[in-house]
Amino acid sequence: MPPLAQRNLMHDKVRLTVTLTGIVFAVVLIVVELGLFVGFTVTTSGIIDQSKVDLWIVSKGTPYIEQGSAFSERKLYQVLATPGVAHADKYIVRFSNWKTPQGAEDGIQIVGFNPYTGVGGPWNVVEGKVEDLKTPDAVMVDEIYKKKLGVTKVGETFEINRRRARVVGFTRGIRAFTTTPYVFTSFKNAQAYTGIAEDQTYFILVRALPGTDRAALQHELESRLRDVDVLTTRKFSSMTRIYWMFTTGAGVAVLIAALLGLVVGVVVVAQTIYATTMDHIREYGTLKAMGAPNSYIYRVIITQAGMSAVAGYVLAMFVSVFIVHASQSGGAAILLPWQMAVGIFFLTLLMCVSAAVVSINKVTSLDPAMVFRG
Amino acid sequence: MQAAISVRDVTKVYVEGANKIQVLHGVDFDVEQGEVVLLMGPSGSGKTTLLSIMGCILRATSGSVQIAGQEVAKLSERELPEIRLQHIGFVFQGFNLFPTLTVGENIELALDLKRIRGERAKQEARKLLDQVELAAKYDSFPADLSGGQKQRVAIARALAGSPRVILADEPTAALDSQSGRNVMEMMRDLARKHGRGVVVVTHDSRVLEFGDRIVHMEDGRIAEPETEASGRKGMAEVVSMGLLSTNSAEHALRIC
Ligand SMILES: Nc1ncnc2c1ncn2[C@@H]1O[C@H](COP(=O)(O)OP(=O)(O)OP(=O)(O)O)[C@@H](O)[C@H]1O
Ligand SMILES: [Mg+2]
Repeated sequence: MPPLAQRNLMHDKVRLTVTLTGIVFAVVLIVVELGLFVGFTVTTSGIIDQSKVDLWIVSKGTPYIEQGSAFSERKLYQVLATPGVAHADKYIVRFSNWKTPQGAEDGIQIVGFNPYTGVGGPWNVVEGKVEDLKTPDAVMVDEIYKKKLGVTKVGETFEINRRRARVVGFTRGIRAFTTTPYVFTSFKNAQAYTGIAEDQTYFILVRALPGTDRAALQHELESRLRDVDVLTTRKFSSMTRIYWMFTTGAGVAVLIAALLGLVVGVVVVAQTIYATTMDHIREYGTLKAMGAPNSYIYRVIITQAGMSAVAGYVLAMFVSVFIVHASQSGGAAILLPWQMAVGIFFLTLLMCVSAAVVSINKVTSLDPAMVFRG
Repeated sequence: MQAAISVRDVTKVYVEGANKIQVLHGVDFDVEQGEVVLLMGPSGSGKTTLLSIMGCILRATSGSVQIAGQEVAKLSERELPEIRLQHIGFVFQGFNLFPTLTVGENIELALDLKRIRGERAKQEARKLLDQVELAAKYDSFPADLSGGQKQRVAIARALAGSPRVILADEPTAALDSQSGRNVMEMMRDLARKHGRGVVVVTHDSRVLEFGDRIVHMEDGRIAEPETEASGRKGMAEVVSMGLLSTNSAEHALRIC
């Protein structure tokens, strides 16, 4: 087939620019809105997901990570005695209070973990080492919250719950959905910072031996332990996400924005693709008069739409990657996981092709007056 | 010899909402192979409608239309494109070339529809362009051609795949008289040479001499029994000498 679709697309540079701009705008809009949603969602359960353990033991009825309550650390020994458990660690996540030497106060979330195993500890450490947290009073915060917490560099000291806290390092990009910064510290320090009793813990993080049937282990732990829930990491993660994104309604707004972005994107793309087809409607009429079957014309229009989609998508991804990158140092991360990128590619293709198919309806009912008009 | 097109008692009623407009009232019309028929008549008399029905773009409301012996009036909407593809070449007033394709590619596209592709299509396209004396313009774009040249490309395209019938609606209306004559002459010569039946709708009295026959339409009917070729020829000469205005020439044709 002579390259009608390619030529028609490339012929009118202004139209091409408008079409591609429309697609790029739509795709970037969708990436930003969906990416914010994904970013927020991932943020809510970041601590859980990054723990990389198999099971979380939480006090009975705990709806999400910020809402844990203390239980006896004796359960830890019961867990360790259960066949199939590789190791288990006590863990604390709890609100507390941060005070600068100047007297400014702010809410924080203490994350107390075992610095000897590192399980549930900070990731993306850019200054200092996780091992530094073994020392008493040592804490680590994220760069993003430096200003909020009044921290400028390693070595500075602050007060948490009227106890000394010394900053020994920084992480990068560990955001808290609640905007209450995470402060990583050893489990022991955390007990002091949150004022919970010496023999209490908030969570137990369990890692199974390789080759263990996780579901069976979960069952076994449930039957051995009382007054706790044994949850898979995935389950606890999704409970936390659903709580913050949907139960609080915080995510609903973002999701609606994402859906609006999608609708606006679809409309913009449909509009531009439709206009591109209409530009050449007379040619399609001529093709039909010449006896081209509808499938032949569909092929031309769909090729044209498909090429617009691919070109628009590629350009949009350049812009998106830039925006995603720029957002990493801000308070709200836009995330673009590859699954989302792939999904949006097919979405773009679908948008363009279905927009083209809509305009094809104009071609299928051939008006002879149109081709015979001078 | 079998007629290229044979139209019998064709009517056409356009339905627009509750309105029904009868545009053709029992038209009989034949086109022989190798013959150029000029279809004339006032605006709104149904020429384009008749041409569209013969070209299988529109379906007659009743009556019979045979193309190369095949009855097409009863064919479904979905079968018509194939008939157009196999038997009919169109030439339009506005040329309707594909502006983004080169002259050669325009012809190749028509051949592609008829499943002639690759090197064979290129050869065939060159041959067709040669027939309209435009082989040198193979790689030019339509925008770089004059109106007459564009219409000649359109004729070459209409001839692609050797259809039995060429249908042209006002092919010279957008051309100056020299180009118009040139285009008509080419169409007539190619029709004769290859035994195509050609129908040309025209208002253009300057091209009357290129028709073998004139059929006059009025209010959806063929106005007169078809005129004799000899009689017409004499009249065409009179017209081309400028002794008669178009209107009186048409009038004269109707009464002879
Ligand atoms: N799709 C349509 N729907 C309704 N009426 C139509 C349609 N197409 C044409 N007509 C009417 O049918 C009549 C004949 O139209 P047609 O185009 O066949 O005339 P024509 O002889 O080709 O005229 P012209 O010389 O102006 O091109 C006109 O009155 C026109 O308004
Ligand atoms: Mg007309």
